[in-house]
Amino acid sequence: MRWINWHLSRRDRLIAGGAPILLLLVFYLITAVQRHAANPSDKIFPLPSGMAKAITDLLTTPDPLSGNLVFWADTFASLQRLGLGLGIATLFALILGLLIGALPPVRAALSPLVTGIAVIPPIALLPILFIALGLGETSKVVLIAIGVAPVMVRDIAAHVGSLPREQIIKAETLGANSWQIIARVALPQAMPRLLQAIRLALGPAWVFLISAEAVASDIGLGYRIFLVRRYLSMDVIIPYVAWIALLAILMDVTLAAISKRAFPWAHGDGR
Amino acid sequence: MNALLQLKNVWVEYGDKVVLEKVNLQVAEGAFLSIIGPSGAGKSSLLRLILGQEAPTRGKILLDGEPLTPQCGPDRGVVFQRYSVFPHMTVLGNVTFGLECPAAPFAARLFGAARRKAEAQATEMLEAVGLADSLHLYPAQMSGGMQQRLAIAQALIKRPRILLLDEPFGALDPGIRADMHGLITRLWRDYALTVVMVTHDIKEAFTLGTRVLALDKRRHDPHAPHRYGATAVYDLPLRGPPVPAPEPEAAPQPATAAS
Repeated sequence: MRWINWHLSRRDRLIAGGAPILLLLVFYLITAVQRHAANPSDKIFPLPSGMAKAITDLLTTPDPLSGNLVFWADTFASLQRLGLGLGIATLFALILGLLIGALPPVRAALSPLVTGIAVIPPIALLPILFIALGLGETSKVVLIAIGVAPVMVRDIAAHVGSLPREQIIKAETLGANSWQIIARVALPQAMPRLLQAIRLALGPAWVFLISAEAVASDIGLGYRIFLVRRYLSMDVIIPYVAWIALLAILMDVTLAAISKRAFPWAHGDGR
Repeated sequence: MNALLQLKNVWVEYGDKVVLEKVNLQVAEGAFLSIIGPSGAGKSSLLRLILGQEAPTRGKILLDGEPLTPQCGPDRGVVFQRYSVFPHMTVLGNVTFGLECPAAPFAARLFGAARRKAEAQATEMLEAVGLADSLHLYPAQMSGGMQQRLAIAQALIKRPRILLLDEPFGALDPGIRADMHGLITRLWRDYALTVVMVTHDIKEAFTLGTRVLALDKRRHDPHAPHRYGATAVYDLPLRGPPVPAPEPEAAPQPATAAS
């Protein structure tokens, strides 16, 4: 059978997908055990027991300075920044994307600006943001928003702009004005795409979050990773990275599920 | 003959490419005008003109004696070959939308009693095209023929002065097409419609139309083929608005026959 026609059953897919991950974990464990056999105080490849201990400390022992449980405080701070940044970007994407995509004059006026902002590497703006907005929460949230919004705006605008011309004409012959076409024809059809755009923006958003936290912060997942790097604390870094990955996957799966539930017509079968 | 739609010396040019030249046309109220012609002869351009999607480069178009504004409006309904229905609305929503637009300019939707009234009216329209059993399906769940029925119902709910059909049955298989011919003939008679239909199926043009218009280029310059546009080369009145005997319409297919 040609590989191109070789579709796996659900069980086989699980096995095929799990095998590389399992292999990697086994490889890590073997290396870690070997290194610890040679040097019991090895810090580069911590054993699971070491990681569990380090994380339990962060989970249960309050920070002597702030009194917070560090792990949860970091998670909360990071998620708040990520959520605010993505939320602002989403709002911009929806409003600007719809207007740029649907209305030619708005497209003519704003499309060059959005394209211009989109080509600036957001990290290059970080110093400007720190200088203009200070080192607090605002600059971090704004970095995420500026980082992901232009791409999202352009994606939504392109999607709305590529709606079949026939649909727009049809709506006009039904007596719809520009606002009604945006509200009833363009907006609903942009929503599944918006959720898709948020999913794709999650990756860059995390990059900008960790960058901003690494440069100037006193709390957050990225801050903690870069802080303990000084002590070679791989037993904290690795669980933190895994936790970030888990959070990202959860968000992605949630968004996909929302889209499927809320917009059944956009996912093949309409039921 | 009271001309509902008049085209007076209409030209359509894109740059130095002439698509339509010197088109003069009068369409009487109640007519079923079929427009045929080879590919690229400007059939769709002519339809877009009447629809208001484009303005003529030269000449005048009058609807009910009034010059046509080059914008689509509710006095002209349209059914395209594809993409005529909104994929994100149910069948009922697709038809109700046409009633909501004039009634709710800001909210863009109706609520409560007004909504129930509009939905009742839409349901009645959908019964007339044989979609009474499919009110809550999405277009993607229906066959091509049912989607075109929906598109027709959607256009007719506005009681347009003219119904424009752009190869509406071109993508349908022959059996379904025959059903649709029966349906459109019945609707044309029941609602006293004026229909302009573009088709490349000559048999369809003569079966349905009361008048057949053939577009083609009269002259052809082999060195500059784009310099001459198409115009009406044949204009065949077949029968007057007195309506032909209705064809028996086959039952619409069940809702489960989604393609």
